[in-house]
Amino acid sequence: MREAAFRTPDIGDDTDVLRARLHAIWATEPGIKGWLGTVDHKEIGIRYIVTAFIVLALGGIEALVIRLQLAGPDLHLLTPEQYDEFFSTHGMTMIFLYASPILSGFSNYLWPLLLGGRDMAFPRLNAFSYWVYLGAVVFLYSGFLIGAGPNDGWFNYVPYAEKAYNPGFNQDFYSLGLIFLGISTTVGAANFIVTAFKTRAPGMSINRLPIMVWGTLTASVANLVVVPAVSLAFFMLWMDRQFGTDFFMPSGGGQPLLWQHLFWIFGHPWVYAIVLPAMGMVSDGLPVFCRRPLVGYSLVALATVSVMLLGFGVWVHHMFATGLPGLSLSFFSGASIIITYPSAVTVFAWIATIWLGRPVLKTAFLFFASMIVLFVIGGVSGFMTASVPVDWQLTDTYFVVAHIHYVLIGINVFPVVGATYFWFPKMTGRLMDERLGRWNFWTMFIGFNIGFLPMHLTGLLGMPRRIYTYPAGMGWSTLNMITTIGSFIFAVGVLLFFINVWKSWRSGEIAGDNPWGGSTLEWSVPSPPPPYNFAVIPTVASRHPLWEDQLQRSEARSSLRRGMTLDQGKEALHTSPIDAIPERIIEEPGDTIAPFLLAVAMMVLFYGMLLKSWWVIGIGGIGCLAALLLWLWPRRTMLERAPADRREAAHG
Amino acid sequence: MIGAPLSYLSSAGRRAATILPLTWFTLCVSIAVCLIIATLVWIAARRARRAAPAEVAVEQRGDGVRWIAIGVILTSIPLAITLVWTIGALANVVGPPRRPDLVLDVTGHQWWWQVDYNGALPSDRFATANEIHIPVGAKVLVRLHGGDVIHSFWVPKLSGKTDAIPGQTNLSWLEADHPGVYRGQCTEYCGVEHARMGFEVIAESRDEFERWRAAQLQTAPPPVTAAQLRGSQLFEFRCSLCHAVRGTTAASHYGPDLTHIASRRMIAAAMLPNNPGTLSGWIENPQTIKPGALMPDQHLSGRQLADLRAYLETLK
Repeated sequence: MREAAFRTPDIGDDTDVLRARLHAIWATEPGIKGWLGTVDHKEIGIRYIVTAFIVLALGGIEALVIRLQLAGPDLHLLTPEQYDEFFSTHGMTMIFLYASPILSGFSNYLWPLLLGGRDMAFPRLNAFSYWVYLGAVVFLYSGFLIGAGPNDGWFNYVPYAEKAYNPGFNQDFYSLGLIFLGISTTVGAANFIVTAFKTRAPGMSINRLPIMVWGTLTASVANLVVVPAVSLAFFMLWMDRQFGTDFFMPSGGGQPLLWQHLFWIFGHPWVYAIVLPAMGMVSDGLPVFCRRPLVGYSLVALATVSVMLLGFGVWVHHMFATGLPGLSLSFFSGASIIITYPSAVTVFAWIATIWLGRPVLKTAFLFFASMIVLFVIGGVSGFMTASVPVDWQLTDTYFVVAHIHYVLIGINVFPVVGATYFWFPKMTGRLMDERLGRWNFWTMFIGFNIGFLPMHLTGLLGMPRRIYTYPAGMGWSTLNMITTIGSFIFAVGVLLFFINVWKSWRSGEIAGDNPWGGSTLEWSVPSPPPPYNFAVIPTVASRHPLWEDQLQRSEARSSLRRGMTLDQGKEALHTSPIDAIPERIIEEPGDTIAPFLLAVAMMVLFYGMLLKSWWVIGIGGIGCLAALLLWLWPRRTMLERAPADRREAAHG
Repeated sequence: MIGAPLSYLSSAGRRAATILPLTWFTLCVSIAVCLIIATLVWIAARRARRAAPAEVAVEQRGDGVRWIAIGVILTSIPLAITLVWTIGALANVVGPPRRPDLVLDVTGHQWWWQVDYNGALPSDRFATANEIHIPVGAKVLVRLHGGDVIHSFWVPKLSGKTDAIPGQTNLSWLEADHPGVYRGQCTEYCGVEHARMGFEVIAESRDEFERWRAAQLQTAPPPVTAAQLRGSQLFEFRCSLCHAVRGTTAASHYGPDLTHIASRRMIAAAMLPNNPGTLSGWIENPQTIKPGALMPDQHLSGRQLADLRAYLETLK
């Protein structure tokens, strides 16, 4: 066993001397090498967030072009091929490249601060997962830019995606790009799980976790289970296309429905994975503006987990029309109806929190509170599609398009924008502009509902999804025009948000440590937090360490200014998974360029596979091995290579 | 509005009619839930004051779990009703009729529908495209096949969707209550012209249906005039590479069977009404009308086109 693991940590006060010492140990060196090599979770989190917002803007522009094409009957702004690439790329962008990474960004930034730790469990892996994500964005969009973007929707049904019907590079970009992205998601999920269970502050037992941690933890476990299914599906598709394996081609004995099972076994849990952390943001943020703890904490935490568990058993509701037997359909129909319960628990917990609290009007509050309504609209339309016979009419019409947008914009974008208003002061030290914030909220809220509420009716009147145009006289023309107008108002709202972020970042009001009177650990550190987060490791005595004096629930008080100093190196603490009892001191790795190099080499490898060029694949492969060697080379600072005399001493 | 061609808020056949009340029920429940929740959030949030949050004291008044309990209990009522109703409605509409009056084989192709009418004898069988005739009140079993990629068969006024998947046979069924023309549409994304893959179901009285069927069983009449003759030769020379006309040497099944093209209401997968103008335009410029369609532009001279049309007009 390593020596440091059994040192009794020093207990000390939060002093300037200690802070200076920790700063010297933890700070990232300036310059390009430091920029490429940093493993600081806050730096990585902000990169995730910025990249995901840029991607959101790209997907939004695609959406506006789509809406222009559909504004009236028989318009020809785009050719059918272009339209198909636009709607497919829009789906891919929003679902894969925005919705999940933005939440990873917030979780990356916030988790160690929420949990009272100094970094994620695997900082280098964390950097790696960001670089791979960025690489996947570049890879997938390089296809779109050369006119070979995905063209079979984000769900990518076979056999249309097969070479016989889809001979271009489009599907090769898409299948390889998503396998590449899956690596990022998988390592990120593993990192979150270990971080949640091992790096919490002493005393932060599992019943004191912020709900957002529950959300991301649950989503991460789900991702770890289901991402392999979709990566496998895309790998099989790539094999079909390149080597004629015919997994999905009926002409060769393959089975088209196999794709749909593999895809939706991933796809439905994924939908929950991209909303549960955002629901957690609301569960944590809303109470701060209601000046009371969340109603029904345990029930909400359990609801989060049970949504996910039930979420594994509902994938067939995407396949009600595929001719599966009635008995199996009724099972999945029942599961899809029952999944309403945990959502109802969460919704009523939020409403009760506002009702029984003393709400304070801030932009973040508006986004969080309005999200409850949008969530319910998206929820009930989902409940309608859960009923098999009704779904046979609803499915693949604009009703489902309205549903998915209420779910993804309502339960992801609105909480995320609210969370940005909420945590921006922590990240930058400056408050966002409240006046611009109101304009931002109301244009987004009104524009969104003008755009997407009438879309339910468009669907009920029978407009099918994924059509590049429609004839006049179907009863859809006026509704589509309204939706297009609404979507542009919504886009203006999003633009106001970006303007507010930019403006406030440059010249916002100085925030201070805890501008909202928040209750959790991140508000106990300076804004922006120092590289080491906490000068002394806090010891937690309740769910709301900063509200203990006001709530007076018990005598116990969290200790935030005195605790373990862990300043003998880049040190952090491991605690037990359930009760967070200190177990051992661990050495955190320093900054290293290896994750970046590995991601670059993998990108070369994937481009090689795309071109089926064996020598490019070879270069990429050798590059990966070299980067891994650099990454895994034993280092004395990490105690991975103790000097000989010490090792003997340990044995002796 | 509710009667729009593809709207499923109204029905004209038993299968759709069984589903419709459940659709309305869940829709009304959903609207009611949204209004209740929106009202609760609005009333609660209206109390919000303009203050700095940090200056408002934190206080825990009540644990609020009663809210969750009441909310969940109230939620259960419509959920339970819907669950039971769903299973009941499903049992009524899922199974194809045991003794169908008519059995059709419908195959989805990029981007048209092949319709095969079955009969005991080979001479009772015929094929048509994008137009399905059924007798009113008859139970019609539709066996769905995927010709290339996945398509979905949907006639909202008569029945919900069932996918046509290559490599397997799915079953759907139709039963029309009233005579009429009901629009159908492919609803599984199937490529560039997915938007324009429509069809029509024409429900008519038993007599009319039998007359139509008898006419469809006829082979094509031989050309009479010189123009028709030239047109038929042109057809055999060019069109027969993809299309069939029974009674002639044109027997390819790559494209729609055209034996009775002149009897159809619409052409180009229910996109255009069938008249000499649209027919000429379609033969000459399918790539302009329907970019990406598998039929190439024909580049015929005016005279050739007139001949071909003269011939096609005999295919009643």
